[in-house]
Amino acid sequence: MSVEIEEKAAPVRDPRRPEPRPLPLVFERSGEGKVGYSLPPLDVPAVIAIPERLCRKEIAGGTQISEVDVARHFTRLSRLNFSIDQGLYALGSCTMKHNPRTNEEMARLPGFAASHPLAPEELSQGSLELAWRLEQILAELTGLPRVTLQPSAGAQGELAGILMVRKALEKAGRARTTVLIPDSAHGTNPASAHFAGYKVKELKSNARGTIDLDVLEAAMTEDVAALMLTVPNTLGIFEDRILEIARIVHAKGGYLYCDGANFNAFVGVAKPGLMGVDVMHMNLHKTFSTPHGGGGPGSGPVAVCQALVPFLPRPTVERRADGTFFLDYDRPDSIGRLRTFLGNFGMFVRALSYICAYGNRIGEVARVAVLNANYIRAGLAGVYHLKYDAPSMHEVVLSDKKQVDLGVSNVDIAKRLMDYGFHPPTISFPLIVHGALMIEPTETEGKPVLDAFVSAMREIARECVESPDLVRTAPHTTPVKRVDEVGAARNLILRWKP
Amino acid sequence: MKFLPTSDAERAAMLAAIGVKTIDDLFAAVPQAVRQAPDLPPPMSEIEIRRFVGGMASRNANARDTAFFLGAGLYNHYVSAIADQMLYRAEWLTSYTPYQPEVSQGTLQSIFEFQTHICLLTGLEVANASLYEGASALVEALLMAERLSRGKTRAVLSAGIHPEYRETVCTYFTNLGLEIVEAPLGKDGATDANALNVACDERTFAVAVQSPNFYGVVEDWNVGSAAAKAKGALSIAVVAEAISLALLAPPGEGGADIACGEAQSLGVPMHNGGPLLGFLSCRSEHQRQIPGRLVGQTKDADGRRAFCLTLSTREQHIRREKATSNICTNQGLMALASNIHMSLLGKEGLREVALQCHAKAEYLKAEIAKLPGYRIPHSGPTFNEFVVEAPEDAAPLLSRLAARRILGGVALSRYDALDRRRFLVAATEMNERAEMDGLVAALAGRAS
Repeated sequence: MSVEIEEKAAPVRDPRRPEPRPLPLVFERSGEGKVGYSLPPLDVPAVIAIPERLCRKEIAGGTQISEVDVARHFTRLSRLNFSIDQGLYALGSCTMKHNPRTNEEMARLPGFAASHPLAPEELSQGSLELAWRLEQILAELTGLPRVTLQPSAGAQGELAGILMVRKALEKAGRARTTVLIPDSAHGTNPASAHFAGYKVKELKSNARGTIDLDVLEAAMTEDVAALMLTVPNTLGIFEDRILEIARIVHAKGGYLYCDGANFNAFVGVAKPGLMGVDVMHMNLHKTFSTPHGGGGPGSGPVAVCQALVPFLPRPTVERRADGTFFLDYDRPDSIGRLRTFLGNFGMFVRALSYICAYGNRIGEVARVAVLNANYIRAGLAGVYHLKYDAPSMHEVVLSDKKQVDLGVSNVDIAKRLMDYGFHPPTISFPLIVHGALMIEPTETEGKPVLDAFVSAMREIARECVESPDLVRTAPHTTPVKRVDEVGAARNLILRWKP
Repeated sequence: MKFLPTSDAERAAMLAAIGVKTIDDLFAAVPQAVRQAPDLPPPMSEIEIRRFVGGMASRNANARDTAFFLGAGLYNHYVSAIADQMLYRAEWLTSYTPYQPEVSQGTLQSIFEFQTHICLLTGLEVANASLYEGASALVEALLMAERLSRGKTRAVLSAGIHPEYRETVCTYFTNLGLEIVEAPLGKDGATDANALNVACDERTFAVAVQSPNFYGVVEDWNVGSAAAKAKGALSIAVVAEAISLALLAPPGEGGADIACGEAQSLGVPMHNGGPLLGFLSCRSEHQRQIPGRLVGQTKDADGRRAFCLTLSTREQHIRREKATSNICTNQGLMALASNIHMSLLGKEGLREVALQCHAKAEYLKAEIAKLPGYRIPHSGPTFNEFVVEAPEDAAPLLSRLAARRILGGVALSRYDALDRRRFLVAATEMNERAEMDGLVAALAGRAS
């Protein structure tokens, strides 16, 4: 969501505080002769056995900086970020939950962090076992027989899933051209279907915000490869007629794809395999607590039904009768590879550690996540407009409809929430709710935090009536004021120049 | 449970406020037929998790407890302690994608700095906020070139590109109506310039060459660029060992339009193959077709310098099926690690690491070449990795070495059944001379 900022007079300064200055870039801290590293002396003859024309002279503009300056630079920079450890992220469909530190410690064990996937099999049994165990657990949680861990993130998982569907259909002599996607879906769904070579047909949601069975029935022809369905959908609504949806799709020989971005709503409570789902990606960085890290890395395993097993990406991790593990490259019907090596292995370690902590009680995650979202809904439904009032699962989508006439938009409300110490909700989608405020608290927020969030949102609603300018010009207390995003796109500066 | 801060009493109060009796009432929309509790073991304590997961870690060899010479697109380099410790800071670790710039200036400025480092190293004008890893970065670069070509359908790939990268390109291209033509290597181990020219035709949208190539041989970027330019295609430079950029001529100087690949070597541990750090940079005339996230400099309402994600109309959350890529995440935390590492080493340190890698590999190559029965098949210059031809099958030989805690290289039979006796050996600044002498002695005695 872009924000345009009008030029205006310099703000009144508080004479007690010196003018805050933006942090210099690391390049601007650099100075000739400063050093931030040390290496052992070279213990072999120094040579350059590469013709000079293939070599460079120097890295013009590269830094020269001490470790002290680096420590201070990145510590100060970090303090400009909001993070889960500071407070609630209301972001919908992002599942910003607590990131347990046990997981970080486990992922950094030298046996994982300093190991190489091309080491001989007999010296890689630990990592192969870990991948195999995580696959078993994800298969159990989804109720589907096999899982690939290879996709680097959710969007790549979507692509992998749709490519497997495509190959299965082609192999059966039933090549098709179209994928159905509801209008409430996340943008990666149509983009992934497109990169798998499919046309996208959008399904209009019904008045409840769910799949209209008549619309689906009409659209579901024998030219449709799959329906990509987010469960619960991005409105936080569970498709209560999921079994009929699956029947309609299967009756025409199509596959039911489940976008598992919202798995946190029912993990450990219900199984997609029992719903008739044939293929489903998960986001380890959402449901299974691996850190978002300011935008990645993610990991997007895909669970598949028996019919799709031959098409899994290569290699798969297998266990022999003697209990040893190996990589199986001999899979002639595989869709191939989506990336190098085995996937984001460090995320596998974290996710497995996380699941171990819950074990057979992992359903508590979903139960409390749903409780929390409904508690927020109960606290805010009268204050902000609720377009779809079907029961909410793990998230609730409100909108700015009541505030828009006061000249305040969802962007303004989101920015003002920062002043109250919360990360704003998602405001850029779902596209079917104009001025959306999409809120997913996750299970790792307690009642006092939720109460504080609800009261902040109610306070802002009051401000929208009594002092709308205060909201329109927010945020006021963040490290920078409202950022000119339109200006950034108009006058592109994408790097520092020496 | 320790990650669930709500007490039973609080739950009861919340249920009352919602107006339901039990949490189960909130799941009414979920049909009974699809509900099932998972068959998993009981919860583990932190002590038990450390024991269980730590036990698996101990069954892996790693670069700290072996003599380590594995590479093939993933390298054991020095990472400063401060780079990893900085990643533990919650403000970096537990923050979200910086869609809200007012509370994300740390992440945004760090990405802006990372973009700058990549531009300086590759000699190009614009770099994105990072991609998953090297293979998918090449896919994204090719798809970008295809969009810019407006209708051309052929990509020419050097056979020196990492085989897992080429396999990934095949996976993505299969259903898009795009053709891949492979240009073979010459006897020196570098891409055959004539074959490259022959493979390029008017339908070609891109020519991609990797340097150092998969077999370690340093390529001349100008060869790929000349072949591309002759047919109006874009030249793509692929880099799988990014520390080489500190010593070798940057892609931008060699006429490349796009550089892409794997930057793991620049501050990211091997992580058993992931998470890694894909990168992509290009000439500014092509910046509007660049895939993935991009950070730009702007101002805040008070006129102070600030940063934000920009050109987002290229991306899937706005453009849906018409987006430049389906990619959503970047490798945020790895890009941060790399920014810290590149900043610390700086222009001098990166070059010194590259020089040490090269000198050590040259020493090792010369020593192995002296061994009876062993041969270095390629005459072309190499950077820090090279192919060895053994007097016997390489895979069992390397297994015998491994039993003596020497990870002596990657058998090429994994990628090409005809290369039974060949293996790839990599050396970095982490290898001591004694270790290298140990490898040479083990190879000489065939690790009996």
